[in-house]
Amino acid sequence: MTKPANPPVVVSGCHPAPAGSASPPPQVTPTTAMIRTMGLVSAICGLIIVGAYQSTYDAVAANKRIATERAVFKVIPAAKSIVEYLALPAGGIEPRVGAGDTPIAPGAVKFFAAYDERGQLAGIAAEGAAKGYADTVRIMFGYSPSCQCVVGIGVVAMRETPGIGDKIITDKDFLANFKALDAKLSADLATLANEVKTVKHGTKANPWQIDAIAGATITSRAVGKAINDSAQALLPRLVPNLDKLASKS
Amino acid sequence: MNPATTKTWDEFMEGVWRQNPVFVMVLGMCPTLAVTVSAVNALSMGLATLFVLVCSCGLVSMMRKIVPKEVRIAIYIVIIATFVTVVDYAIQAISLALYDALGAFIQLIVVNCIILGRAEAHAAKNPPLPAMVNATGMGIGFVIGLFALGAVREILGAGSLFGVSLFGPDFQPWVIMVLPPGGFFVLGGWLLLFSWIERRKQRRLTEATQNA
Amino acid sequence: MHETAFQIFVNALLANNFVLAMFLGLCPFLGVSGRLDTAFPMGVATTFVMLVASLCAYGLNLLLGYFHLEFLRLISYIVIIASSVQLVEMVLKKYSPVLFRALGIYLPLITTNCAVLGVALFQTAREYDFVQSVTFSVGGGLGFTLALVLMASVRERLQLSNVPDLAQGTALSLMLAGILSLSFMGFAGLGG
Repeated sequence: MTKPANPPVVVSGCHPAPAGSASPPPQVTPTTAMIRTMGLVSAICGLIIVGAYQSTYDAVAANKRIATERAVFKVIPAAKSIVEYLALPAGGIEPRVGAGDTPIAPGAVKFFAAYDERGQLAGIAAEGAAKGYADTVRIMFGYSPSCQCVVGIGVVAMRETPGIGDKIITDKDFLANFKALDAKLSADLATLANEVKTVKHGTKANPWQIDAIAGATITSRAVGKAINDSAQALLPRLVPNLDKLASKS
Repeated sequence: MNPATTKTWDEFMEGVWRQNPVFVMVLGMCPTLAVTVSAVNALSMGLATLFVLVCSCGLVSMMRKIVPKEVRIAIYIVIIATFVTVVDYAIQAISLALYDALGAFIQLIVVNCIILGRAEAHAAKNPPLPAMVNATGMGIGFVIGLFALGAVREILGAGSLFGVSLFGPDFQPWVIMVLPPGGFFVLGGWLLLFSWIERRKQRRLTEATQNA
Repeated sequence: MHETAFQIFVNALLANNFVLAMFLGLCPFLGVSGRLDTAFPMGVATTFVMLVASLCAYGLNLLLGYFHLEFLRLISYIVIIASSVQLVEMVLKKYSPVLFRALGIYLPLITTNCAVLGVALFQTAREYDFVQSVTFSVGGGLGFTLALVLMASVRERLQLSNVPDLAQGTALSLMLAGILSLSFMGFAGLGG
């Protein structure tokens, strides 16, 4: 058995030779034959794709619903069921019809009304996102109408440095910020009375400030900004309509 | 073993070991490095690729007689993209968490060089059964490669394997291993190891022939 | 959340460099980075194709969204990218033979480059609008070029130095890429 001294490492072999570069074909295939074959292949492939899409549709939709519910239940522990709503740009809210992939109207903000087992409003959950250290940090936060404050956060997606930035899900002192983070509206209900803001580690003085994790300030700040941006857009539209949500319809 | 089985076995082992797509041919690098931050991700990515590889090679091989030479690459790509879409939906249906972890790299299986390479080099010239055997071998070789990377990166970078902690709470994880540079380093390390083994085998062989 | 075009550009170029942080387009990165004078045209050609792919994907998204055919997205992307590359090649050949000679041989290879399909998939996943898509693809392409040029320069220098036989070839390139990637991590948080 003979073997080459070095196994050939074919990196450039990644790419197939372009179709045209083959040596002149023995006979030229008529155009109709090409089109016929391509049509046949497309038909078969189309059938396979549609079949796969149809047969997984229900399972995928169910999975997505469960994932959303789990994220909401995490930030509002008392919740037992959720209803998805849109807060419209003109003010006012409406239940979102056709959940899933249907695009939402521009400017509308999505949020979830969470109800406890008696069908009473347990809290509001909404998503927020801001640029973190490595990539966008997407979070879900729970808002309690009774204390007008943020009562919990969960991370939806992030790519922060493991062991540093990802402390935002584990660090107890950091999570303690979100037991009752003040998010009151100003008197005219147009904006938050005090901007939710992340401050340097150990300098938190007010209930609307978030004490950053030492060494992970950028990620902590992203969480604060995500909550603030989302709350500024959502709460002025939501709070005047809270009575519509009081119990599950 | 009768000759036919030997040949099939040979064809199978070629992809698994002698022509291992990750360690020997260094193909399909994008998913290899991007998703191998944990053993579970690596294994699922490997299995998804295996499925696409076997199905596409089977279909390409079945159609090899009617596909005109001029448009073959386009047809192969369409076939591969079809099966990737199927896998994409299947993973969404099985586990959304896994789908989020693998992200766009499931769809990027389409441009994985291994699959197009196999379709062009082997499946287009052989009947369905040998083509699928060969593809399975390659696919399993790819799974092994991904798993080797993912396991090392998870053990060193998080101190665990399949999410089970190995060294207890006092272990300080080598965070760099689960970050992008770690992918390059671990794969480089594996390649060094393989070339060292190959080199040693070579030397033994020459010594043996000189003694004889 | 709204990212400004500048943030997207800086992130795609440096902090989330396509090759060194997201592992897209590694085949040409390892295959064509041996010499500086091939690495640069390859990078430019890829940037160009990424821009075209991004524009096509944006248009295609509108079309698929209109007909509610999102499940055909992947297959249409790959077909559109492959044919637009062919088209670009033909147009270049006819109207700019000089440019064609410089970039032409790389164009067919780029069809199967992960970075090109990646740019289309990522801009869809992040729901970028038109301007954002364009900056993302240009930034990503320039980032790819930057990584390729850096790698090629280092490898050219390495040819003069004494490397153990065992580490020659791809293993060495990977280690180099790891070190480059490590240094690019320093850019993280830049586009905050």
